[in-house]
Amino acid sequence: MIDFFRIIFDPDNLFLKYAFIMGGFASISFGIIGTFVTTKRIGYLAGAISHSVFGGIGLALYLQVNMGLMWFDPILGALLAAILAALIVGLVSIYAGEREDTIIGIIWAVGMAAGILFIDGTPGYFNLGSYLFGDILLISGKDLLYVGVLNILVFGTTVIFFNSFFGVCFDSEFAFLRGINTSFFYIFLLILTALTIVLMVRIVGIILVIAMLTIPPAIASFFAKRLWQMMLYSVLFCALFTWAGLWISYSLCLSSGPTIIILSGAAYLIILCIHKLLR
Amino acid sequence: MMKKNNAIIFENVCFAYKKNIILENVILSIKKGEFASIVGPNGGGKTTLLKLILGLIKPDSGNILVLGNLPGQARERVGYMPQYAYLDMNFPATVKDVVLMGRLSKKRFWFSKDDRIKAIEAIEEMRMTAYINKGFNELSGGQKQRVLIARALCSNPEILLLDEPTASVDNETEEALFSILEKLNKRMTILIVSHDLGFVSKYVKSVICVNRRVVIHPTSLINGAMIKDIYRSDLKMVRHDHRCSDKGHNYD
Repeated sequence: MIDFFRIIFDPDNLFLKYAFIMGGFASISFGIIGTFVTTKRIGYLAGAISHSVFGGIGLALYLQVNMGLMWFDPILGALLAAILAALIVGLVSIYAGEREDTIIGIIWAVGMAAGILFIDGTPGYFNLGSYLFGDILLISGKDLLYVGVLNILVFGTTVIFFNSFFGVCFDSEFAFLRGINTSFFYIFLLILTALTIVLMVRIVGIILVIAMLTIPPAIASFFAKRLWQMMLYSVLFCALFTWAGLWISYSLCLSSGPTIIILSGAAYLIILCIHKLLR
Repeated sequence: MMKKNNAIIFENVCFAYKKNIILENVILSIKKGEFASIVGPNGGGKTTLLKLILGLIKPDSGNILVLGNLPGQARERVGYMPQYAYLDMNFPATVKDVVLMGRLSKKRFWFSKDDRIKAIEAIEEMRMTAYINKGFNELSGGQKQRVLIARALCSNPEILLLDEPTASVDNETEEALFSILEKLNKRMTILIVSHDLGFVSKYVKSVICVNRRVVIHPTSLINGAMIKDIYRSDLKMVRHDHRCSDKGHNYD
Protein backbone atom coordinates (compact mmCIF):
# COMPACT_ATOMS: atom_id res chain seq x y z
CA MET A 1 0.00 0.00 0.00
CA ILE A 2 2.70 2.48 1.05
CA ASP A 3 4.64 1.37 -2.00
CA PHE A 4 1.67 2.24 -4.11
CA PHE A 5 1.51 5.77 -2.72
CA ARG A 6 5.20 6.23 -3.41
CA ILE A 7 4.58 5.15 -6.99
CA ILE A 8 1.70 7.56 -7.40
CA PHE A 9 3.89 10.49 -6.45
CA ASP A 10 6.77 9.29 -8.59
CA PRO A 11 7.11 11.76 -11.50
CA ASP A 12 8.01 8.87 -13.82
CA ASN A 13 4.58 7.38 -13.25
CA LEU A 14 2.61 10.47 -14.17
CA PHE A 15 -0.15 8.40 -15.80
CA LEU A 16 -0.92 6.65 -12.51
CA LYS A 17 -1.11 9.95 -10.65
CA TYR A 18 -3.49 11.25 -13.31
CA ALA A 19 -5.59 8.09 -13.11
CA PHE A 20 -5.79 8.47 -9.36
CA ILE A 21 -6.87 12.11 -9.49
CA MET A 22 -9.24 11.33 -12.34
CA GLY A 23 -10.83 8.50 -10.35
CA GLY A 24 -11.54 10.75 -7.38
CA PHE A 25 -12.71 13.61 -9.57
CA ALA A 26 -14.92 11.41 -11.71
CA SER A 27 -16.65 9.98 -8.65
CA ILE A 28 -18.36 13.30 -7.98
CA SER A 29 -20.23 13.36 -11.29
CA PHE A 30 -20.67 9.58 -11.27
CA GLY A 31 -22.23 9.48 -7.82
CA ILE A 32 -24.65 12.33 -8.50
CA ILE A 33 -25.71 11.30 -12.01
CA GLY A 34 -25.71 7.60 -11.05
CA THR A 35 -28.18 8.34 -8.25
CA PHE A 36 -30.53 10.02 -10.72
CA VAL A 37 -30.13 7.17 -13.22
CA THR A 38 -30.88 4.56 -10.55
CA THR A 39 -33.84 6.28 -8.89
CA LYS A 40 -35.40 7.34 -12.20
CA ARG A 41 -34.73 3.79 -13.49
CA ILE A 42 -33.18 4.88 -16.75
CA GLY A 43 -30.16 2.55 -16.66
CA TYR A 44 -31.26 1.09 -19.97
CA LEU A 45 -31.37 4.54 -21.55
CA ALA A 46 -27.93 5.34 -20.18
CA GLY A 47 -26.72 2.06 -21.72
CA ALA A 48 -28.04 3.09 -25.14
CA ILE A 49 -26.35 6.48 -24.84
CA SER A 50 -23.00 4.98 -23.84
CA HIS A 51 -22.99 2.50 -26.72
CA SER A 52 -23.95 5.19 -29.21
CA VAL A 53 -20.81 7.02 -28.13
CA PHE A 54 -18.86 4.40 -30.06
CA GLY A 55 -20.48 5.61 -33.30
CA GLY A 56 -19.13 9.09 -32.61
CA ILE A 57 -15.65 7.83 -31.83
CA GLY A 58 -15.65 5.81 -35.09
CA LEU A 59 -16.81 8.81 -37.09
CA ALA A 60 -14.12 11.03 -35.59
CA LEU A 61 -11.35 8.53 -36.39
CA TYR A 62 -12.72 8.13 -39.93
CA LEU A 63 -12.77 11.90 -40.52
CA GLN A 64 -9.30 12.38 -39.01
CA VAL A 65 -7.61 9.71 -41.12
CA ASN A 66 -9.60 9.75 -44.35
CA MET A 67 -10.57 13.42 -44.61
CA GLY A 68 -7.62 14.93 -42.77
CA LEU A 69 -9.83 16.76 -40.27
CA MET A 70 -7.32 16.53 -37.47
CA TRP A 71 -9.27 18.88 -35.18
CA PHE A 72 -12.09 16.31 -35.06
CA ASP A 73 -10.87 14.59 -31.92
CA PRO A 74 -12.47 11.27 -30.92
CA ILE A 75 -13.64 12.90 -27.68
CA LEU A 76 -15.45 15.56 -29.75
CA GLY A 77 -17.09 12.83 -31.85
CA ALA A 78 -18.06 10.99 -28.67
CA LEU A 79 -19.52 14.17 -27.18
CA LEU A 80 -21.63 14.93 -30.26
CA ALA A 81 -22.85 11.32 -30.53
CA ALA A 82 -23.72 11.20 -26.82
CA ILE A 83 -25.72 14.43 -26.86
CA LEU A 84 -27.52 13.40 -30.06
CA ALA A 85 -28.30 9.99 -28.56
CA ALA A 86 -29.53 11.60 -25.32
CA LEU A 87 -31.92 13.84 -27.28
CA ILE A 88 -33.26 10.98 -29.40
CA VAL A 89 -33.55 8.57 -26.48
CA GLY A 90 -35.27 11.25 -24.36
CA LEU A 91 -37.79 12.19 -27.03
CA VAL A 92 -38.47 8.51 -27.77
CA SER A 93 -39.13 7.74 -24.12
CA ILE A 94 -41.45 10.75 -23.77
CA TYR A 95 -43.46 10.07 -26.93
CA ALA A 96 -43.11 6.39 -27.90
CA GLY A 97 -45.15 4.91 -25.07
CA GLU A 98 -45.19 1.11 -25.01
CA ARG A 99 -42.61 0.65 -27.76
CA GLU A 100 -39.97 2.57 -25.81
CA ASP A 101 -37.69 -0.38 -25.00
CA THR A 102 -37.67 -1.65 -28.59
CA ILE A 103 -36.62 1.72 -29.99
CA ILE A 104 -34.01 2.27 -27.28
CA GLY A 105 -32.57 -1.18 -28.08
CA ILE A 106 -32.30 -0.27 -31.75
CA ILE A 107 -30.45 2.99 -30.98
CA TRP A 108 -28.12 1.02 -28.69
CA ALA A 109 -27.11 -1.46 -31.42
CA VAL A 110 -27.11 0.90 -34.40
CA GLY A 111 -24.79 3.38 -32.65
CA MET A 112 -22.33 0.61 -31.86
CA ALA A 113 -22.51 -0.91 -35.37
CA ALA A 114 -21.95 2.49 -37.02
CA GLY A 115 -18.78 2.89 -34.98
CA ILE A 116 -17.40 -0.49 -36.11
CA LEU A 117 -18.14 0.24 -39.79
CA PHE A 118 -16.44 3.66 -39.59
CA ILE A 119 -13.37 2.05 -38.06
CA ASP A 120 -13.43 -0.71 -40.72
CA GLY A 121 -13.27 2.03 -43.32
CA THR A 122 -10.33 3.75 -41.64
CA PRO A 123 -6.84 2.51 -42.53
CA GLY A 124 -4.44 1.80 -39.66
CA TYR A 125 -4.66 -0.10 -36.41
CA PHE A 126 -6.84 1.07 -33.54
CA ASN A 127 -6.91 -0.42 -30.12
CA LEU A 128 -10.67 -0.78 -29.79
CA GLY A 129 -10.26 -2.30 -26.36
CA SER A 130 -9.17 1.02 -24.90
CA TYR A 131 -12.47 2.61 -25.91
CA LEU A 132 -14.58 -0.38 -24.95
CA PHE A 133 -12.99 -1.18 -21.60
CA GLY A 134 -11.02 1.94 -20.73
CA ASP A 135 -7.31 2.63 -20.66
CA ILE A 136 -5.85 4.77 -17.91
CA LEU A 137 -2.62 5.14 -19.88
CA LEU A 138 -4.50 7.53 -22.19
CA ILE A 139 -5.48 9.95 -19.44
CA SER A 140 -3.90 13.37 -19.93
CA GLY A 141 -3.91 16.66 -18.07
CA LYS A 142 -6.52 17.88 -20.56
CA ASP A 143 -8.90 15.11 -19.44
CA LEU A 144 -8.58 16.24 -15.84
CA LEU A 145 -9.55 19.75 -16.89
CA TYR A 146 -12.62 18.42 -18.77
CA VAL A 147 -13.75 16.37 -15.80
CA GLY A 148 -13.23 19.36 -13.51
CA VAL A 149 -15.51 21.47 -15.69
CA LEU A 150 -18.06 18.63 -15.84
CA ASN A 151 -18.05 18.37 -12.04
CA ILE A 152 -18.81 22.05 -11.68
CA LEU A 153 -21.65 21.73 -14.22
CA VAL A 154 -23.16 18.61 -12.64
CA PHE A 155 -22.77 19.75 -9.04
CA GLY A 156 -23.95 23.29 -9.77
CA THR A 157 -27.08 22.33 -11.70
CA THR A 158 -27.95 19.64 -9.17
CA VAL A 159 -27.79 22.14 -6.29
CA ILE A 160 -29.80 24.76 -8.16
CA PHE A 161 -32.47 22.44 -9.60
CA PHE A 162 -32.46 19.79 -6.84
CA ASN A 163 -36.18 20.07 -6.06
CA SER A 164 -37.20 19.88 -9.71
CA PHE A 165 -34.96 16.86 -10.31
CA PHE A 166 -36.35 15.25 -7.16
CA GLY A 167 -39.88 15.75 -8.47
CA VAL A 168 -39.06 14.42 -11.93
CA CYS A 169 -37.40 11.28 -10.50
CA PHE A 170 -39.95 10.50 -7.78
CA ASP A 171 -43.29 11.43 -9.35
CA SER A 172 -43.00 13.14 -12.71
CA GLU A 173 -46.75 13.51 -13.25
CA PHE A 174 -47.21 15.30 -9.94
CA ALA A 175 -44.22 17.58 -10.60
CA PHE A 176 -45.80 18.44 -13.97
CA LEU A 177 -49.06 19.35 -12.23
CA ARG A 178 -47.12 21.70 -9.96
CA GLY A 179 -45.93 23.59 -13.04
CA ILE A 180 -42.50 21.99 -13.47
CA ASN A 181 -41.40 21.53 -17.09
CA THR A 182 -40.74 17.83 -16.60
CA SER A 183 -39.81 17.07 -20.24
CA PHE A 184 -37.12 19.76 -20.12
CA PHE A 185 -35.62 18.45 -16.88
CA TYR A 186 -35.79 14.86 -18.11
CA ILE A 187 -33.88 15.66 -21.32
CA PHE A 188 -31.49 17.88 -19.35
CA LEU A 189 -30.80 14.95 -17.02
CA LEU A 190 -30.11 12.68 -20.00
CA ILE A 191 -27.69 15.20 -21.47
CA LEU A 192 -25.82 15.45 -18.16
CA THR A 193 -25.75 11.64 -18.15
CA ALA A 194 -24.36 11.66 -21.69
CA LEU A 195 -21.60 14.15 -20.77
CA THR A 196 -20.67 12.12 -17.70
CA ILE A 197 -20.46 8.94 -19.76
CA VAL A 198 -18.20 10.49 -22.40
CA LEU A 199 -15.71 11.89 -19.94
CA MET A 200 -15.55 8.67 -17.96
CA VAL A 201 -14.94 6.45 -20.97
CA ARG A 202 -11.20 6.90 -20.41
CA ILE A 203 -11.31 5.06 -17.10
CA VAL A 204 -13.78 2.21 -17.56
CA GLY A 205 -14.78 2.31 -21.25
CA ILE A 206 -18.20 2.55 -22.88
CA ILE A 207 -19.30 -0.99 -22.09
CA LEU A 208 -18.42 -0.92 -18.41
CA VAL A 209 -19.41 2.70 -17.73
CA ILE A 210 -22.98 1.67 -17.01
CA ALA A 211 -21.85 -0.46 -14.08
CA MET A 212 -20.08 2.52 -12.53
CA LEU A 213 -23.26 4.56 -12.88
CA THR A 214 -25.42 1.95 -11.16
CA ILE A 215 -23.41 -0.11 -8.66
CA PRO A 216 -22.33 2.67 -6.22
CA PRO A 217 -25.89 4.11 -6.02
CA ALA A 218 -27.29 0.59 -5.62
CA ILE A 219 -25.06 0.11 -2.56
CA ALA A 220 -25.75 3.64 -1.32
CA SER A 221 -29.50 2.99 -1.42
CA PHE A 222 -29.09 0.42 1.38
CA PHE A 223 -27.93 3.16 3.73
CA ALA A 224 -29.49 6.39 2.47
CA LYS A 225 -32.80 7.76 3.67
CA ARG A 226 -32.83 10.88 1.51
CA LEU A 227 -31.85 11.61 -2.08
CA TRP A 228 -28.88 13.86 -1.26
CA GLN A 229 -27.57 11.26 1.19
CA MET A 230 -27.70 8.65 -1.55
CA MET A 231 -25.67 10.99 -3.78
CA LEU A 232 -23.07 11.57 -1.09
CA TYR A 233 -22.67 7.85 -0.31
CA SER A 234 -22.53 7.04 -4.03
CA VAL A 235 -19.69 9.51 -4.53
CA LEU A 236 -17.78 7.97 -1.62
CA PHE A 237 -18.34 4.38 -2.75
CA CYS A 238 -17.44 5.26 -6.32
CA ALA A 239 -14.16 6.89 -5.25
CA LEU A 240 -13.36 3.98 -2.94
CA PHE A 241 -13.91 1.37 -5.67
CA THR A 242 -12.04 3.33 -8.30
CA TRP A 243 -9.00 3.89 -6.11
CA ALA A 244 -8.97 0.36 -4.70
CA GLY A 245 -9.48 -1.01 -8.22
CA LEU A 246 -6.59 1.05 -9.61
CA TRP A 247 -4.34 -0.16 -6.80
CA ILE A 248 -5.26 -3.83 -7.32
CA SER A 249 -4.96 -3.59 -11.11
CA TYR A 250 -1.53 -1.96 -10.81
CA SER A 251 -0.29 -4.44 -8.22
CA LEU A 252 -1.52 -7.52 -10.10
CA CYS A 253 -0.96 -6.17 -13.64
CA LEU A 254 -4.66 -6.37 -14.58
CA SER A 255 -6.77 -4.12 -16.81
CA SER A 256 -7.99 -1.24 -14.67
CA GLY A 257 -11.61 -0.93 -15.93
CA PRO A 258 -12.63 -4.57 -15.45
CA THR A 259 -10.83 -4.72 -12.08
CA ILE A 260 -12.82 -1.73 -10.80
CA ILE A 261 -16.07 -3.26 -12.02
CA ILE A 262 -15.43 -6.73 -10.57
CA LEU A 263 -14.50 -5.14 -7.25
CA SER A 264 -17.68 -3.02 -7.22
CA GLY A 265 -19.85 -5.96 -8.25
CA ALA A 266 -18.37 -8.18 -5.56
CA ALA A 267 -18.85 -5.46 -2.93
CA TYR A 268 -22.47 -5.07 -4.03
CA LEU A 269 -23.12 -8.82 -3.71
CA ILE A 270 -21.56 -9.02 -0.27
CA ILE A 271 -23.44 -5.96 1.05
CA LEU A 272 -26.68 -7.25 -0.46
CA CYS A 273 -26.24 -10.61 1.32
CA ILE A 274 -25.42 -8.96 4.65
CA HIS A 275 -28.41 -6.66 4.25
CA LYS A 276 -30.78 -9.57 3.54
CA LEU A 277 -29.39 -11.60 6.44
CA LEU A 278 -29.82 -8.74 8.92
CA ARG A 279 -33.43 -8.20 7.98
CA MET B 1 -75.82 26.43 -15.85
CA MET B 2 -74.90 28.31 -12.69
CA LYS B 3 -71.18 28.62 -13.22
CA LYS B 4 -70.26 30.41 -10.01
CA ASN B 5 -71.43 27.75 -7.61
CA ASN B 6 -69.91 24.91 -9.57
CA ALA B 7 -66.41 23.61 -8.97
CA ILE B 8 -66.33 21.41 -12.06
CA ILE B 9 -68.48 21.42 -15.20
CA PHE B 10 -68.43 18.89 -18.06
CA GLU B 11 -70.42 19.78 -21.17
CA ASN B 12 -70.89 16.95 -23.68
CA VAL B 13 -67.39 15.63 -23.15
CA CYS B 14 -66.18 12.67 -25.21
CA PHE B 15 -62.83 10.95 -24.86
CA ALA B 16 -61.47 7.98 -26.79
CA TYR B 17 -58.16 6.16 -26.49
CA LYS B 18 -57.00 4.46 -29.70
CA LYS B 19 -60.56 4.29 -31.09
CA ASN B 20 -61.93 2.85 -27.83
CA ILE B 21 -64.53 5.21 -26.49
CA ILE B 22 -63.84 5.67 -22.79
CA LEU B 23 -66.25 8.49 -21.98
CA GLU B 24 -69.26 9.45 -24.06
CA ASN B 25 -71.30 12.66 -23.88
CA VAL B 26 -70.50 13.36 -20.28
CA ILE B 27 -72.64 16.08 -18.78
CA LEU B 28 -71.76 16.74 -15.18
CA SER B 29 -71.71 19.59 -12.74
CA ILE B 30 -70.13 19.32 -9.34
CA LYS B 31 -71.02 21.98 -6.80
CA LYS B 32 -68.49 23.71 -4.58
CA GLY B 33 -68.36 21.97 -1.21
CA GLU B 34 -69.34 18.63 -2.71
CA PHE B 35 -67.96 15.37 -1.29
CA ALA B 36 -68.42 12.83 -4.05
CA SER B 37 -67.25 9.30 -4.64
CA ILE B 38 -66.49 8.29 -8.22
CA VAL B 39 -67.38 4.62 -8.71
CA GLY B 40 -67.62 2.21 -11.61
CA PRO B 41 -66.06 -0.94 -13.03
CA ASN B 42 -62.36 -1.23 -13.95
CA GLY B 43 -61.66 0.45 -17.27
CA GLY B 44 -64.93 2.34 -16.98
CA GLY B 45 -63.19 5.71 -17.16
CA LYS B 46 -62.77 6.80 -13.52
CA THR B 47 -59.11 7.72 -13.77
CA THR B 48 -59.74 9.23 -17.22
CA LEU B 49 -62.28 11.53 -15.60
CA LEU B 50 -59.66 12.69 -13.04
CA LYS B 51 -57.03 13.21 -15.73
CA LEU B 52 -59.46 15.34 -17.74
CA ILE B 53 -60.13 17.49 -14.67
CA LEU B 54 -56.37 17.89 -14.13
CA GLY B 55 -55.82 18.73 -17.80
CA LEU B 56 -53.34 15.87 -18.23
CA ILE B 57 -55.37 14.75 -21.25
CA LYS B 58 -57.66 16.77 -23.52
CA PRO B 59 -61.21 15.79 -24.47
CA ASP B 60 -61.90 14.89 -28.11
CA SER B 61 -64.99 17.06 -27.98
CA GLY B 62 -66.96 19.07 -25.44
CA ASN B 63 -65.90 21.55 -22.79
CA ILE B 64 -64.57 21.24 -19.27
CA LEU B 65 -64.44 24.06 -16.76
CA VAL B 66 -62.60 23.74 -13.47
CA LEU B 67 -63.21 26.63 -11.05
CA GLY B 68 -64.34 28.64 -14.06
CA ASN B 69 -61.12 28.05 -16.01
CA LEU B 70 -59.77 25.58 -18.52
CA PRO B 71 -58.45 22.51 -16.66
CA GLY B 72 -54.75 23.28 -17.31
CA GLN B 73 -55.11 26.80 -15.93
CA ALA B 74 -56.72 25.75 -12.67
CA ARG B 75 -54.05 23.20 -11.74
CA GLU B 76 -52.48 25.34 -9.02
CA ARG B 77 -55.81 25.34 -7.19
CA VAL B 78 -56.38 21.59 -7.42
CA GLY B 79 -54.73 19.07 -5.09
CA TYR B 80 -54.15 15.58 -6.44
CA MET B 81 -53.29 12.29 -4.78
CA PRO B 82 -52.32 9.58 -7.29
CA GLN B 83 -52.48 5.85 -6.57
CA TYR B 84 -49.35 5.18 -4.55
CA ALA B 85 -48.77 1.76 -6.09
CA TYR B 86 -47.12 3.20 -9.19
CA LEU B 87 -44.51 5.15 -7.22
CA ASP B 88 -41.03 3.72 -6.67
CA MET B 89 -41.20 2.12 -3.24
CA ASN B 90 -37.42 2.26 -2.77
CA PHE B 91 -37.04 5.95 -3.49
CA PRO B 92 -34.89 7.59 -0.81
CA ALA B 93 -37.11 10.30 0.66
CA THR B 94 -38.51 11.18 4.07
CA VAL B 95 -42.15 12.00 4.71
CA LYS B 96 -41.23 15.69 4.80
CA ASP B 97 -39.37 15.44 1.45
CA VAL B 98 -42.42 13.90 -0.20
CA VAL B 99 -44.89 16.41 1.24
CA LEU B 100 -42.67 19.37 0.28
CA MET B 101 -43.13 18.32 -3.35
CA GLY B 102 -46.60 19.82 -3.00
CA ARG B 103 -44.88 23.20 -2.72
CA LEU B 104 -42.93 22.85 -5.98
CA SER B 105 -43.27 25.88 -8.18
CA LYS B 106 -41.75 27.04 -11.43
CA LYS B 107 -41.16 30.47 -9.91
CA ARG B 108 -38.69 29.41 -7.22
CA PHE B 109 -35.88 26.85 -7.16
CA TRP B 110 -35.65 26.33 -3.42
CA PHE B 111 -38.24 25.90 -0.70
CA SER B 112 -38.89 28.92 1.52
CA LYS B 113 -39.57 28.94 5.24
CA ASP B 114 -43.24 29.38 4.41
CA ASP B 115 -43.15 26.25 2.24
CA ARG B 116 -41.75 24.25 5.14
CA ILE B 117 -44.35 25.59 7.56
CA LYS B 118 -47.16 24.70 5.12
CA ALA B 119 -45.76 21.20 4.71
CA ILE B 120 -45.54 20.66 8.48
CA GLU B 121 -49.13 21.89 8.88
CA ALA B 122 -50.39 19.52 6.20
CA ILE B 123 -48.56 16.60 7.84
CA GLU B 124 -50.12 17.57 11.17
CA GLU B 125 -53.56 17.73 9.58
CA MET B 126 -53.15 14.17 8.28
CA ARG B 127 -51.94 13.13 11.77
CA MET B 128 -48.54 11.98 10.51
CA THR B 129 -46.36 14.32 12.63
CA ALA B 130 -44.76 11.38 14.46
CA TYR B 131 -43.42 10.08 11.13
CA ILE B 132 -42.17 13.37 9.70
CA ASN B 133 -38.52 12.27 9.45
CA LYS B 134 -39.24 8.61 8.68
CA GLY B 135 -38.45 7.16 5.27
CA PHE B 136 -41.44 7.12 2.93
CA ASN B 137 -40.61 3.51 2.05
CA GLU B 138 -40.82 2.41 5.70
CA LEU B 139 -44.50 3.33 5.96
CA SER B 140 -47.54 1.09 5.58
CA GLY B 141 -49.92 1.49 2.63
CA GLY B 142 -52.42 3.53 4.61
CA GLN B 143 -49.68 5.82 5.96
CA LYS B 144 -48.27 6.37 2.47
CA GLN B 145 -51.70 7.42 1.29
CA ARG B 146 -51.98 9.94 4.12
CA VAL B 147 -48.58 11.38 3.22
CA LEU B 148 -49.66 11.74 -0.41
CA ILE B 149 -52.87 13.47 0.72
CA ALA B 150 -50.75 15.83 2.85
CA ARG B 151 -48.67 16.55 -0.26
CA ALA B 152 -51.86 17.44 -2.15
CA LEU B 153 -53.06 19.60 0.77
CA CYS B 154 -50.05 21.79 1.29
CA SER B 155 -50.76 23.97 -1.74
CA ASN B 156 -54.11 25.01 -0.15
CA PRO B 157 -56.26 23.54 -2.93
CA GLU B 158 -59.91 24.41 -3.50
CA ILE B 159 -60.57 20.97 -5.01
CA LEU B 160 -59.02 17.74 -3.71
CA LEU B 161 -58.87 14.74 -6.08
CA LEU B 162 -58.02 11.40 -4.50
CA ASP B 163 -57.40 8.32 -6.66
CA GLU B 164 -58.29 5.20 -4.65
CA PRO B 165 -57.27 6.46 -1.18
CA THR B 166 -58.88 3.40 0.37
CA ALA B 167 -57.20 0.74 -1.79
CA SER B 168 -55.77 -2.08 0.35
CA VAL B 169 -56.57 -0.36 3.63
CA ASP B 170 -58.47 -1.94 6.54
CA ASN B 171 -61.82 -0.61 7.68
CA GLU B 172 -60.53 1.10 10.79
CA THR B 173 -57.89 3.04 8.83
CA GLU B 174 -60.48 3.95 6.24
CA GLU B 175 -62.89 5.23 8.88
CA ALA B 176 -60.13 7.39 10.39
CA LEU B 177 -59.23 8.73 6.96
CA PHE B 178 -62.82 9.68 6.18
CA SER B 179 -63.23 11.54 9.46
CA ILE B 180 -60.22 13.69 8.48
CA LEU B 181 -61.67 14.19 5.00
CA GLU B 182 -64.98 15.26 6.48
CA LYS B 183 -63.18 18.11 8.26
CA LEU B 184 -61.35 19.07 5.08
CA ASN B 185 -64.64 19.06 3.20
CA LYS B 186 -65.67 22.15 5.15
CA ARG B 187 -63.14 24.19 3.18
CA MET B 188 -62.76 22.29 -0.10
CA THR B 189 -64.57 20.21 -2.68
CA ILE B 190 -63.51 16.55 -2.52
CA LEU B 191 -63.70 13.89 -5.22
CA ILE B 192 -62.65 10.33 -4.41
CA VAL B 193 -62.17 7.49 -6.86
CA SER B 194 -63.27 4.22 -5.34
CA HIS B 195 -63.27 0.80 -6.91
CA ASP B 196 -66.32 -0.52 -5.09
CA LEU B 197 -69.78 0.90 -4.98
CA GLY B 198 -71.04 -1.52 -2.34
CA PHE B 199 -69.31 0.52 0.31
CA VAL B 200 -69.22 4.28 0.39
CA SER B 201 -68.58 6.19 3.55
CA LYS B 202 -71.45 7.91 5.32
CA TYR B 203 -69.63 11.20 4.85
CA VAL B 204 -69.92 11.02 1.06
CA LYS B 205 -72.72 13.24 -0.19
CA SER B 206 -73.00 12.04 -3.80
CA VAL B 207 -71.95 9.15 -5.95
CA ILE B 208 -70.71 9.70 -9.50
CA CYS B 209 -71.19 6.50 -11.48
CA VAL B 210 -68.79 6.17 -14.40
CA ASN B 211 -69.07 3.51 -17.07
CA ARG B 212 -68.67 5.27 -20.42
CA ARG B 213 -71.63 7.36 -19.40
CA VAL B 214 -71.55 9.41 -16.22
CA VAL B 215 -74.43 9.80 -13.81
CA ILE B 216 -74.43 11.62 -10.47
CA HIS B 217 -76.71 10.61 -7.60
CA PRO B 218 -77.14 11.88 -4.07
CA THR B 219 -76.16 8.96 -1.79
CA SER B 220 -79.59 8.91 -0.18
CA LEU B 221 -81.12 7.82 -3.49
CA ILE B 222 -78.85 4.89 -4.36
CA ASN B 223 -80.75 1.69 -4.95
CA GLY B 224 -80.23 -1.69 -6.58
CA ALA B 225 -81.68 -0.78 -9.95
CA MET B 226 -79.21 2.07 -10.25
CA ILE B 227 -76.23 -0.18 -9.54
CA LYS B 228 -77.49 -2.77 -11.98
CA ASP B 229 -77.85 -0.06 -14.58
CA ILE B 230 -74.33 1.25 -14.22
CA TYR B 231 -72.57 -2.11 -13.94
CA ARG B 232 -74.85 -3.72 -16.51
CA SER B 233 -75.08 -6.88 -14.44
CA ASP B 234 -76.87 -8.12 -11.36
CA LEU B 235 -75.10 -7.37 -8.13
CA LYS B 236 -76.01 -7.75 -4.52
CA MET B 237 -76.03 -4.59 -2.50
CA VAL B 238 -74.73 -4.57 1.03
CA ARG B 239 -76.11 -2.04 3.45
CA HIS B 240 -73.82 -0.97 6.25
CA ASP B 241 -75.98 1.60 7.92
CA HIS B 242 -78.32 -0.57 9.93
CA ARG B 243 -78.12 -3.58 12.22
CA CYS B 244 -80.35 -6.56 11.76
CA SER B 245 -81.90 -8.80 14.38
CA ASP B 246 -80.73 -12.35 15.06
CA LYS B 247 -83.40 -13.68 12.74
CA GLY B 248 -82.05 -11.65 9.88
CA HIS B 249 -84.13 -9.01 8.20
CA ASN B 250 -86.50 -8.66 5.35
CA TYR B 251 -85.13 -5.52 3.81
CA ASP B 252 -85.06 -5.84 0.04
